[in-house]
Amino acid sequence: MLKIDKLNFSYGDLKVLWEIDLEVNQGEIVTVVGANGAGKSTTLKNISRLVKPNSGSMTFNGVDLTRLESHQVVEQGVVQVPEGRKIFPEMTVMENLRMGSYIPSARKEREKNMALVFTLFPRLKEREKQLGGTMSGGEQQMLAIGRGLMANPKLLLLDEPSLGLSPLFVKNIFDIIIEINRQGVTILLVEQNVYQSLRIANRAYVLETGRVVLTGTGTDLLNNDHIKKAFLGM
Amino acid sequence: MTSSVLMQAIISGILVGGVYALIGVGLTIIFGVMRVINFAHGDLMMVGMYLTYFLFTQLGIDPFVSVIITIPTMFIFGGIIQKLFINRIIGSLPQNQILLTIGLGLIMSNSAMLAFTSDYKILTTSYSSSSFNIMGISISQPLALSFLITAVITLLLYWFFMKTDTGQAIRATAQDREAAQLMGINVKRMSIIAFGLGASLAGTAGALISPTYYIFPQVGSAFTLKAFVITVLGGMGSIVGATLGGIIIGVVESVGAVTISSDWKDVLVFSIFLLVLLIKPAGLMGKSST
Repeated sequence: MLKIDKLNFSYGDLKVLWEIDLEVNQGEIVTVVGANGAGKSTTLKNISRLVKPNSGSMTFNGVDLTRLESHQVVEQGVVQVPEGRKIFPEMTVMENLRMGSYIPSARKEREKNMALVFTLFPRLKEREKQLGGTMSGGEQQMLAIGRGLMANPKLLLLDEPSLGLSPLFVKNIFDIIIEINRQGVTILLVEQNVYQSLRIANRAYVLETGRVVLTGTGTDLLNNDHIKKAFLGM
Repeated sequence: MTSSVLMQAIISGILVGGVYALIGVGLTIIFGVMRVINFAHGDLMMVGMYLTYFLFTQLGIDPFVSVIITIPTMFIFGGIIQKLFINRIIGSLPQNQILLTIGLGLIMSNSAMLAFTSDYKILTTSYSSSSFNIMGISISQPLALSFLITAVITLLLYWFFMKTDTGQAIRATAQDREAAQLMGINVKRMSIIAFGLGASLAGTAGALISPTYYIFPQVGSAFTLKAFVITVLGGMGSIVGATLGGIIIGVVESVGAVTISSDWKDVLVFSIFLLVLLIKPAGLMGKSST
């Protein structure tokens, strides 16, 4: 579905990604884990074309992503829920969700998708008239994910969805990711919460200082000695 | 001075303020979406004035009718400026943005000078100086008409931004450009629409004051400054703020002119401006940046 080959990227003189190879197959939950600054978010930014790589190829269902603008990537069905939620603060919950279905193909299914989002997050229905900027971190995260689902994604890119949430809610978010995947959405999840994301992932990539150092199934990596030492404190 | 004179001044201040609001709203939309301060804003207004003047003298179309032509023409003109120039400098250094918009303004005013000479033109309609009375207060007919058009435009604009997908997408782009892109919004196109709207609002303001104001190539600079004061007073990026700011400046000018003297009205305007900023630095409707 998504295929990244030898992706290189730098911010000015600072090289951030080195020869990244990454693949996501239809129906999977794939996770990219690693420490702060390993290049996880930068990888997602490249996929969404918010930044332009130095070299390498990226295709989605055979379409060359490197020829597209950000909004065209969304039209292909690759939708990112960005780090820090990036809710439109001066817009209501309802308006935020409407913006999620801005692309023409999603506009037709606005009502259906909104009902789906409200079943997944009943809390959003209660707050539909509230301004996005006045909600709590957890609610904003629900809204950000809901807004992403409004676009009818084939592949949902989730950037640190558990960041800054209460421990109780973290568990909740990972359950919701599994539920979204069950409904047919392929997931590429970037996380610092290594344990939780490996637990739900089919496959995983470990990034260190801009390079892929390990790949494998979620279970394999959970039992890997390097992972245990470096990330899980065991 | 009697209270009726004061009342009179307040009313005409509000009427003029409506047009000021259009100028300010245009500037604030452009700033909100692009984070670019458009120093050519008054010159866009000047272009609208000459367009109106041309349509009136050459084709005999009344200024209040020709806004129907001025609005789309200025929208396209603004859109082209955005596509060719402004889109290239979004996110670049502020001084480059300032130089570009000032340069565009100079090109506009000097082109107007070439085409129409720097003579002051007056557009005299049959009703330019006519007025009517309501409860003993005399109201200028062209000012009342222009206020009415302003009100209609403002309401349409509000509907556009609140209810349509494109209007909401422009607001979304203003609030978080990157997030808007991730929603599939073509932010470059939104910027073109935003600058087109800004230009067409400025041009419309020019059209509406042309029956009551001198028309000359440098008329824009005074209005750029005024637009800036209105926008900052209301809070950069706030449409409601700019509307409020426009009306306040109109009333202060008008009341200042009758109570002190018209030479001092600008002093009064800037005093109020500084006072508001001292108390509320982000402007009336502005949010202090965090």
